[in-house]
Amino acid sequence: MTHFEPISPLSVLDPRDRGGPVQPLLTIQGLKKYFHSAGNSWFGAQSVVRAVDDISFVIHKGETLGVVGESGCGKSTTARLLMHLIKPDQGEIIFDGEKVGIDIPLTEFRRQVQMVFQDSYASLNPRLTIEDTISFGPRIHGMYESKARLISHDLLARVGLDPSRFAGRYPHELSGGQRQRINIARALAFNPRLLILDEAVSALDKSVEAQVLNLLQDLKEDFGLTYLFISHDLNVVRYMVDRVMVMYLGSIAEIGDGETVFSTPVHPYTKALLASMPSMDPDQPTREAPLSGDPPNPINPPSGCRFHPRCIMAEAACSQKRPALETTRHKKSMAACLLQNRDTPIPFPPIKVSGQ
Amino acid sequence: MILYTLKRFALTIPVAIGVSVVCFLLVHIAPGDPLTAVLPTDASAELQAQMRSLYGFDKPLPVQYGLWIWRVLHGDLGQSIATGRPVVSEVFNAVINSIIVAAAATSIGFLAGGILGIVAGYYQNTWIDRLASIISSLGVSVPHYWLGIVLVIIFSVQLGWLPATGGGPGGSGNRSLDWAYLQFLVLPAITMSVIPMGIIARSVRALVGEILTQDFVQALAAKGLTDRKVFQHVLKNAAPTAFAVMGLQLGYLLGGSILIETVFSWPGTGFLLNAAIFQRDLPLLQGTILVLAMFFVILNLLVDLLQSLIDPRVQRS
Amino acid sequence: MTPNQALETQPVIARSPGYWHGVIKRFSRNHVAMGALIVILGLILMAVFAAYIAPADPIKGSMLRRLKPIGTPGFPLGADELGRDMLSRLIYGARLSLLMGLSPVPIAFVIGSLLGITAGYVGGLTNSLIMRTIDVFYAFPSVLLAVALSGALGAGLTNALISITLVFIPPITRVAESVTTQVRGLDYIDAARASGASSYTIIRVHILGNVLGPIFVYATGLVSVSMILASGLSFLGLGVRPPDPEWGLMLNTLRTAIYTQPLVAALPGAMIFLTSIAFNIVADGLRGAMDVKS
Repeated sequence: MTHFEPISPLSVLDPRDRGGPVQPLLTIQGLKKYFHSAGNSWFGAQSVVRAVDDISFVIHKGETLGVVGESGCGKSTTARLLMHLIKPDQGEIIFDGEKVGIDIPLTEFRRQVQMVFQDSYASLNPRLTIEDTISFGPRIHGMYESKARLISHDLLARVGLDPSRFAGRYPHELSGGQRQRINIARALAFNPRLLILDEAVSALDKSVEAQVLNLLQDLKEDFGLTYLFISHDLNVVRYMVDRVMVMYLGSIAEIGDGETVFSTPVHPYTKALLASMPSMDPDQPTREAPLSGDPPNPINPPSGCRFHPRCIMAEAACSQKRPALETTRHKKSMAACLLQNRDTPIPFPPIKVSGQ
Repeated sequence: MILYTLKRFALTIPVAIGVSVVCFLLVHIAPGDPLTAVLPTDASAELQAQMRSLYGFDKPLPVQYGLWIWRVLHGDLGQSIATGRPVVSEVFNAVINSIIVAAAATSIGFLAGGILGIVAGYYQNTWIDRLASIISSLGVSVPHYWLGIVLVIIFSVQLGWLPATGGGPGGSGNRSLDWAYLQFLVLPAITMSVIPMGIIARSVRALVGEILTQDFVQALAAKGLTDRKVFQHVLKNAAPTAFAVMGLQLGYLLGGSILIETVFSWPGTGFLLNAAIFQRDLPLLQGTILVLAMFFVILNLLVDLLQSLIDPRVQRS
Repeated sequence: MTPNQALETQPVIARSPGYWHGVIKRFSRNHVAMGALIVILGLILMAVFAAYIAPADPIKGSMLRRLKPIGTPGFPLGADELGRDMLSRLIYGARLSLLMGLSPVPIAFVIGSLLGITAGYVGGLTNSLIMRTIDVFYAFPSVLLAVALSGALGAGLTNALISITLVFIPPITRVAESVTTQVRGLDYIDAARASGASSYTIIRVHILGNVLGPIFVYATGLVSVSMILASGLSFLGLGVRPPDPEWGLMLNTLRTAIYTQPLVAALPGAMIFLTSIAFNIVADGLRGAMDVKS
């Protein structure tokens, strides 16, 4: 696996930084998670959902790595696997050079990696006040109540909420944007190094979304954070990220420098995905949906390249051999497509992709 | 559909086995030697020994259960201590009487509750709705055995219109389709109908209210269909659920009728249970409860299957 | 973290009233429910202070004054079939009737919640084991199960209480399991796990606070059923034994009096009805008050 230069150097010297700036903050190797659907234990045959199927990538210190893809492509499962909220079937997670669960205990890892969920309401306990929610984490790690409370007030101020007004409130009294700010504050209570944002702004109104995105940018500077930014909204991802990873049916289709992937995508899926974005240029309106049909069922993924049934370029070989991630021609990204080194360029945008 | 039926059957089997185990254990949770529970107190030593080997009381519990369930499957529920007759024949007659009164009660309750529920659902949040909800909540919280006594006081003692107790003219227990027999049925059936009435009224009210706010009904109304046509649609959509509730209520009444049957001396399973309890006739108690519980389990299954036949969405949940 | 304004100056925190505060406020605005609650409190006070309120001995009777009608001098509510003062017996009867009707539900609430929350939180095999066992008991109509158990155990107050408690455990367990399963899937549980909280802490802080409320509401709805069932067992002779006053038993022994003193005969049942409906209304009011949407 080729490592790309970290895009922005760490702004502060962090005493927790053991591996130095070149050591990736998080290295994922061969991560795999199959869900065995219970179905009916007596009759129906057990079906296996290949939610995350052997993926490897790195997150550099101080960067924002975006993850994009259609719903069901394994974005959220990946996030939950990273947090160890669900147990991976296979694969290694290495945090700053230390294997999670072996070199670095899970509890310590979880202090340094935190997560913000999509549903701002479901991710807050409706029976706890805002300050209780934020100070819950530090409290269970042994901090005195008074100190944890002070920290929660400080964090509230940092996410732009007046502690005197909000600390004693309950989640149902707040707006979606305010609740998501609380969720961010809670995640920051441990002073983590990596923040996983799982569709964290997707449920918000556009105006509120912009405010929260700006807040996230500011916090990243202030706290010296690294982001894993998961979203299905390509515009938001383009605005936020340094590098981007495109996922399709539990595997990585393309990964690399954000601007490069967005301007000169290599994988046909990435191209189709980008072409499906509403055009901002009135002279070149998006005429046809380049991606039609739903993504195939991850229960029975297609053989060979996962994307071949929907791919306009697909050849016979595509249904046979599963492509590996390879460095692309312009060297700034990697793509998993057998045809990427052909001389005939893959058309952009694709004209029509047949459905299932 | 066939797959669903099979699945539903397969799910019923462990429950049925569990129910039989509970019934089997009833004799064993009774205080004292289980042998004394299944024999008259004055039984001879010879009879005692015979029963001990028949029931296998000297063997471990699982073996005893095996022996017992084997006999049950061959239609042998043991003998009543009080009468010495086979429990099966006692229970059979009583079950028929119970079904008669429970079915009558369910029909009355369904009719009254259905009308009440439809009216309340149609005129939601008006005084009619409030009245209906008061009636149905009274129906759920009234001690029905007391209601039975009150009805006897009014219609038998004070007005003299109907017989107070009994299962037929002259206590013969002969069933016939004439007033001489049916008049005995009126009060127990009405008393018993109060519970399903309240419950059916509540479910129907909720159903009708829900259906009326659904898009397709609003669309029908917007298309200019008459109220009567819209109402027909509402009925058609509410019926499957209402029937399911009714089916389950029939089962509950069969099992729960013991108090009302006691009040009216109606010769059904409740009356039989009462007698079994008073004479500590455990084989009779066990047999009656097993039959009633199995009836309930099967009824549950039938209701589910019928409902899925009418409404295919049920299969998925 | 750099020291911040908020750390130095302690702001005055605007506190929102807690959840239960809101529940009490909403409940107290419901006049019907408040009335029913007052009736219940009155009945409980009557039971506790029966010895001071009752004008006569509830047990001692006289064959000379059997079955007196309501309004007889010295017997404001008449006398029963053994010449005992009805008013005193009804007052004393509140003790056993309320004890039998009220105590099974809290016990079943504790056991059922424990089983249901465990099944819901742990899931998997534990869940199947608990819930399939519960299904078996659920397959009996409640009255039948109560009668079967107390019939086999033998008549008596304790056995009746055990039977009724056992009847209420399965439905409470079911509700507890489904509510817990639902809450367990919410993101704030994941967030708590991500912050390294132990299962014990998660259950204590995040699960219990959110599931006990709905289970509690469901259980209060059972009290009215429990009253009817408990008195029903006594009515069948499976609960309290004579001569102790208990409404269900009184209703039974007075059945012979329906021809001579019908009003007196109907009184104990009216008490059961009153209690049952009062609990029903309070439970309904509580359900409404605990529904945050309203």
